Amino acid sequence: MEFFQAIFNMSGASFAQHMVNGISLGSLYAMIAIGYTMVYGILLMINFAHGDIVMMACYFAFFGITVFNIPWYLTFVGVIIATALLGVVIERAAYRPLRDAPKNSVLISAIGASFLLENLANYLFSGRPLRFPNIEFLAQNINIAGVQVQAISLVIPVVTILCLVVLLHIVNHTKIGMSMRAVSKDYEIARVMGINIDNVISITFAIGSILAAIGAIMWGIRYPGITPLLGVMPGLKCFIAAVIGGIGNIKGAVLGGFILGLGEILIVAFFPQLSGYRDAFAFIVLIIILFYKPTGLLGEKTTEKV
Amino acid sequence: MANKRNLILTIILLAAFFALAWYVNFETDSYIRRVVNLCMVYAIIGLSMNLTNGFTGQFSLGQAGFMAIGAYVVGIFTVPVALRPAVFYAAPMNPLIADIYMPLWLALIIGGLLAALVAFMIGTPVLRLRGDYLAVATLGFSEIIRIVITNAQSITNGALGIKDIPPLNDVRYIFAFTAVIFVFITALINSSYGRAFKAIREDEIAAEAMGIDLFKHKCLAFMISAFFAGIGGGLYGALLGTVDPKNFLFTLTYNFLLIIVLGGMGSITGSMIGAVLVTAGLEFLRVFDEPLDLFGMAIPLFRPGFRMVIFSVLLMVLVLFWRHGIMGTREFTWDNFFAFCKNPFGFFGRKGAHKA
Repeated sequence: MEFFQAIFNMSGASFAQHMVNGISLGSLYAMIAIGYTMVYGILLMINFAHGDIVMMACYFAFFGITVFNIPWYLTFVGVIIATALLGVVIERAAYRPLRDAPKNSVLISAIGASFLLENLANYLFSGRPLRFPNIEFLAQNINIAGVQVQAISLVIPVVTILCLVVLLHIVNHTKIGMSMRAVSKDYEIARVMGINIDNVISITFAIGSILAAIGAIMWGIRYPGITPLLGVMPGLKCFIAAVIGGIGNIKGAVLGGFILGLGEILIVAFFPQLSGYRDAFAFIVLIIILFYKPTGLLGEKTTEKV
Repeated sequence: MANKRNLILTIILLAAFFALAWYVNFETDSYIRRVVNLCMVYAIIGLSMNLTNGFTGQFSLGQAGFMAIGAYVVGIFTVPVALRPAVFYAAPMNPLIADIYMPLWLALIIGGLLAALVAFMIGTPVLRLRGDYLAVATLGFSEIIRIVITNAQSITNGALGIKDIPPLNDVRYIFAFTAVIFVFITALINSSYGRAFKAIREDEIAAEAMGIDLFKHKCLAFMISAFFAGIGGGLYGALLGTVDPKNFLFTLTYNFLLIIVLGGMGSITGSMIGAVLVTAGLEFLRVFDEPLDLFGMAIPLFRPGFRMVIFSVLLMVLVLFWRHGIMGTREFTWDNFFAFCKNPFGFFGRKGAHKA
């Protein structure tokens, strides 16, 4: 009852505003969730460091624009390249040596990598929050039919859709995409068929990190406070988004991201008294989905092999 | 012959530990006492984490959350009633609990039980599924427990934390808890439940085929682990004399992860050794957080935060190059000890029974 009252009490304009916010947050989650789902699809491991890669990308952008005064478009290219390199280096250093190790060891290594990035950021850039560089034309408020939105909120979904189209093209219609699908289907057979597994994995990490970097830049413009633990909560939620959509499935990750982003914003919009518990929403959705559809919304049914 | 020798040695070792506890309690300064107490509390929580992660093979990262539950129960119920209005100065305490006072031991047990109940609620949906979702779900829930604590102002005093918890200085008190928990977990691991846990760790499908109820045993291990983490958290809160949501960030869990990886995933005595080394090591590493002047030159590397960088590098190096830790899945026994004394290098060459 309260729910419907809350909906009816809300004006059209403020509802539209919440929708725009929700869709832009959902797009950001989707961008980051893709990185989780691709790595899980291929290596069957949670890349715990992915959220911290997002955090590092924010710091890279801060240093490029605010400290070194590089124009923002050049900085963004630099950030994307640096972040892709970071992702590949983490895979080389922390995951590749453990390729044949028990799964828990890989998980610990991933946690270690994540913790190391957080502590390094804390040590190098100090724990004080920094302000993401202000890019005037993206951060300005614009007024569309009485709805006040930040320009970036409209840019985010467009960029996300563009990235998704390019990514789906790469995965479905190129040779490297075919090898990725082969490796995720059957790791051993793909190796036997002459696919260079290490290359495929490196490229997967690079792609995931590039998307994380683009997501991080947009995240920074939208929510400008940068701290060393910035990536933790979004990271966990985006992994959950990937699980909700069906882990290993790119479209599923995007769907999951939108569900979480929209849900989070709308719940707080309708029930302001719950705003303190906003971060709990994703985990409750996770529990519900795991209970009723353990493979996620778009996931395939899998049977465990002996 | 050997059995008699082992028994005598065990008795001597126990006596030595008791004597040490008494010595530390009466003869040393408060800093040493504090470090020793912290070692034992970390050992309890390390053991509890090893039960799920090491013995049952279910990767849980919720220890900080369960500790927070235990610590808050201690914080809420052991502060003397007269002092409570001063502690809860921002918002008065909920009248339902404002007059309830408990002795520490009762609060510890209730905190443990509450943590186990929460573990049951988290574990029921998540433990049915692939193991690695548990890591994310528990990590998330340990943060949510923190969020709930921060928001429930009239019960937990919110972000202000609870001060004036009667300080626990007695080394013997914590020593007794550690000893009892150590004995309990050893007995559990050597029981049929313990064998079922290990079977699940080695191969879930095979274990199920042998008639082990996977869900029941996983849930049981998870709940017992949460129970002891709650008790450990309660002792931790009593030791600090104050609890605060910021004490229980998810990064606290990584301390115990380092303990069990260093000591050996699946070794009780390993966890004890790991706890001592990690706690003492973290204290020792404090040097790195302070500016250091060497021959009149300030070394720029040494400033706050460096300690945790070293800590995380250590965790990475350990898991990359020395995955089995000190003990692997073996235990400290006198036979092993003498074998080690005779041939130290040969002993470490023999890996623990851990397989991929």
